[in-house]
Amino acid sequence: MKAAIVVFPGSNRENDAKAALTQAMGSEPVMVWHRDTSLPKVDLVLVPGGFSYGDYLRCGAIAANSPVLREVKARAEQGMAVIGVCNGFQIITEAGLLPGVLLRNANLKFVCRNVGLRVETSNSRFTSGYKKGQVLSIPVAHHDGNYFADARTLDELEAEDRIAFRYCGPEGRLDSNYNPNGSTRHIAGILNKKRNVLGLMPHPENAIEPLHGSTDGKALFHSLVETVS
Amino acid sequence: MSVQTKITPEIVAEHGLSADEYKLVLEIMGREPSMTELGIFSVMWSEHCSYKSSRVHLKKLPTKAPWVIQGPGENAGVIDIGDGQAAIFKMESHNHPSFIEPYQGAATGVGGIMRDVFTMGARPIANLNALRFGEPTDPKTRHLISGVVAGIGGYGNCMGVPTVGGEVNFHASYNGNILVNAMTVGLADTDKIFYSAAAGIGNPVIYVGAKTGRDGIHGATMASAEFTEDSEEKRPTVQVGDPFTEKLLLEACLELMATDAIVAIQDMGAAGLTSSSVEMSSKGGLGIELDLDKVPVRETRMTAYEIMLSESQERMLMVLKPAAMEKARAIFTKWELDFAVIGVLTDTGHLVLKKDGEVAADMPVAPLVDKAPVYERPWIPTPAQPVIDAKDVPAPNDLLCALKSMIGSPDLASRRWVWEQYDHLVMGQTAQRPGGDSAVVRVPGVPGKALAMSSDCTPRYVFADPKQGGAQAVAESWRNITAVGATPLAITDNMNFGNPQRPEIMGQFALSIEGMADACRALDYPVISGNVSLYNETNGKGILPTPTIGGVGLMKNVDRMATVAFKQAGEAVLVLGESKGWLGQSIFLRETQGKEEGAPPPVDLAAERRHGDFVRGLIVAGDVVTCHDVSDGGLLVALTEMAMAGNVGVKLTTPQSDVPSHGYWFGEDQARYVITVPAANAAAIDAKAKAAGVPVSRVGETGGDAVVLDGRKMPISDLRQSHEAFLPTLMGAA
Repeated sequence: MKAAIVVFPGSNRENDAKAALTQAMGSEPVMVWHRDTSLPKVDLVLVPGGFSYGDYLRCGAIAANSPVLREVKARAEQGMAVIGVCNGFQIITEAGLLPGVLLRNANLKFVCRNVGLRVETSNSRFTSGYKKGQVLSIPVAHHDGNYFADARTLDELEAEDRIAFRYCGPEGRLDSNYNPNGSTRHIAGILNKKRNVLGLMPHPENAIEPLHGSTDGKALFHSLVETVS
Repeated sequence: MSVQTKITPEIVAEHGLSADEYKLVLEIMGREPSMTELGIFSVMWSEHCSYKSSRVHLKKLPTKAPWVIQGPGENAGVIDIGDGQAAIFKMESHNHPSFIEPYQGAATGVGGIMRDVFTMGARPIANLNALRFGEPTDPKTRHLISGVVAGIGGYGNCMGVPTVGGEVNFHASYNGNILVNAMTVGLADTDKIFYSAAAGIGNPVIYVGAKTGRDGIHGATMASAEFTEDSEEKRPTVQVGDPFTEKLLLEACLELMATDAIVAIQDMGAAGLTSSSVEMSSKGGLGIELDLDKVPVRETRMTAYEIMLSESQERMLMVLKPAAMEKARAIFTKWELDFAVIGVLTDTGHLVLKKDGEVAADMPVAPLVDKAPVYERPWIPTPAQPVIDAKDVPAPNDLLCALKSMIGSPDLASRRWVWEQYDHLVMGQTAQRPGGDSAVVRVPGVPGKALAMSSDCTPRYVFADPKQGGAQAVAESWRNITAVGATPLAITDNMNFGNPQRPEIMGQFALSIEGMADACRALDYPVISGNVSLYNETNGKGILPTPTIGGVGLMKNVDRMATVAFKQAGEAVLVLGESKGWLGQSIFLRETQGKEEGAPPPVDLAAERRHGDFVRGLIVAGDVVTCHDVSDGGLLVALTEMAMAGNVGVKLTTPQSDVPSHGYWFGEDQARYVITVPAANAAAIDAKAKAAGVPVSRVGETGGDAVVLDGRKMPISDLRQSHEAFLPTLMGAA
């Protein structure tokens, strides 16, 4: 598998993502600067976390309109795998690759902590390494992770098995006390219709070594290596 | 020079200069200065920039060791951490601005200290902060906590630098003067460290980063005066931060530093373009000429005075090799930052400023720095407090109930509400998150290598006995670094005090320095950078003297790092060091008796060294993975923190001695650590400790889901509830 990471001014988890992909692939991903209009030939594009363009205007809004994102969108439509983490989720949602929006956290505060994450589907290139219902411990670190969409969209996401992860308590219980940002129906990550685009708020790239306190993020990157040709 | 404003005594006073200081200005200039020149003298000779009250005392601090590459005097201190790598760090205060406008004050404090570190060629790898607020019940406290914490997070999170540790305290003396001390630790190669001394007559002087506005004019002067009731009118002197621009500036500077273009570089912090240009030229022994019309500005019709005194953030001044100019320009263009050639180095020894085709200032650089006033201010020692015998302090009805309320009290309660607002994981190197004795961050490039860092001070001890308190702050820092298994290497100090013109305040300052110096020497723990913040007073009432110590240590094998959490049931719990039941100035005395009294615990530096070296030896050898230093609240609080962190209980027995049990469990004697070891190893460790001259006592065994003391029981869940409730409740459960 060949992968690229798109770097915007203000991205800050690109190296964390690079470490995770390198660990899974055995080779380094290509770093692509936001001004580049063409993408190298790759099987996966990761849009990393951070504060692209300072989160000015609206999180992800400016990056979503950058030349490189147009190219990412075109390739995604042809079936290339795309994963947006945190600010990357905000960017690809703003770009229209995924439905809904990410609002400010319900308590209006930045939150950085490990959360319980329930795997809602193992039917995707990103989650095939997990079992449905498995509970992971993965950190979040964001100010605007409160996923929102109208009821019809949410019903559709559920009906089409496109919810990848939900925030949960121990034993996978869904409970607003364990939802770090107030997201609708506890949604933490979703897939597009073709199931080749994943957006998620938590940071699997920060849970890949025993020292991180959890290695639950590893399987996501390994799933990709195994399923993306 | 055109339209010369007549300098009146009123104008001189408004600039914070005394009549004598102005006389010196006239002597140096040989004529009446222009307004711009007066403004430059005013900021360069402010307490904040000149250290005029503190200099004679700061000289007493030890600053050298074989591993020190750069001590105080540069943007930050530098230590050698082996493998061709250097750690660069400093702590700095942003107290006055944070009280006036907490979000921007704290944010720009974080931005400023990060700039100090990356100016020297280091990538920041960790931020810490030490915060002191007034009483929780003071009407302003909630607003200040909320703004300061959001501001620190807002800036650090956006920069992508993890905020991994710090401290938060509350005391009525900070009601009108909160303290916001921010520390950054960076990593550089030892052969790629950048300094500020300008060199090469004719070399271009370049301005990079954000544009200059009217914000922050006279910030350094504000930080050099007491607050009065109308201080809030000074809001316009607080700068506004833009972490996004600073992130670009960081990446652009590091990209440029990887080339061979830079001769000298200096960030524009306090006193902005003035102090950066004066410092660069004075260190290089050169003159400097600036064309202020070329400075990128974001407001129209700014005067020379305003441009020179602006404290707009995210700006740097550099001297470049002429041949490298275009390469440098291309890097800054890529990052969409201003890049302007605004001047040149000269052989005149003068700072010459041109604006609108006229000379706005022409002044000799050397005397501006060398002739800055230095005061040996009169001081008186703090009267000694009586030693309190634990036997004279009433015992609580129930030790465990006292424990439960103590660990929920403002100074001991969980800080989770604070640090969960800081991204402490970005960069993926955080090995020990907030909540332990020290934060631990791995050093990329060398497997197993990590830095431990901590921020410490116990202001109530310093107030009661500045010398012991100064020594204690350094010793506790050394202990916290030791408790995770790292070797303490050096400190940065952030000296926060009241008005130095009052002899009792100056006494606190002078004596705490003496105590710190003793401890630094005894522990081989030199001061490599620092900052002084005086005039932390409102209407004549000073803060508790607060010399905050930021410590850094080195760990070769992070896999052997110790943490405070109990790991499993059935381990022996050992206390290293002597527990004599010292209750003077203890949290116990304050929380259960409402008294802030007595002499603070004495610091035996030889014992500190002996006990610390012993426990570090055990951790490094892999014999101990659970360790906690004993500090605020004493032994029972330390043990409870260990139980809560690991969710493993502990069964304790009060040893037979003539120390009353409340003194034993809540006394704050120094030089102590709690460790746990497999029960089978306890006898061997005990023998080893005794052979090393380290007192050791076995106080119990881990296990269960409660803290059990002499048969009485308190569930961990109850203790945790008390511990976690304080800040969320205070801040409105938000």
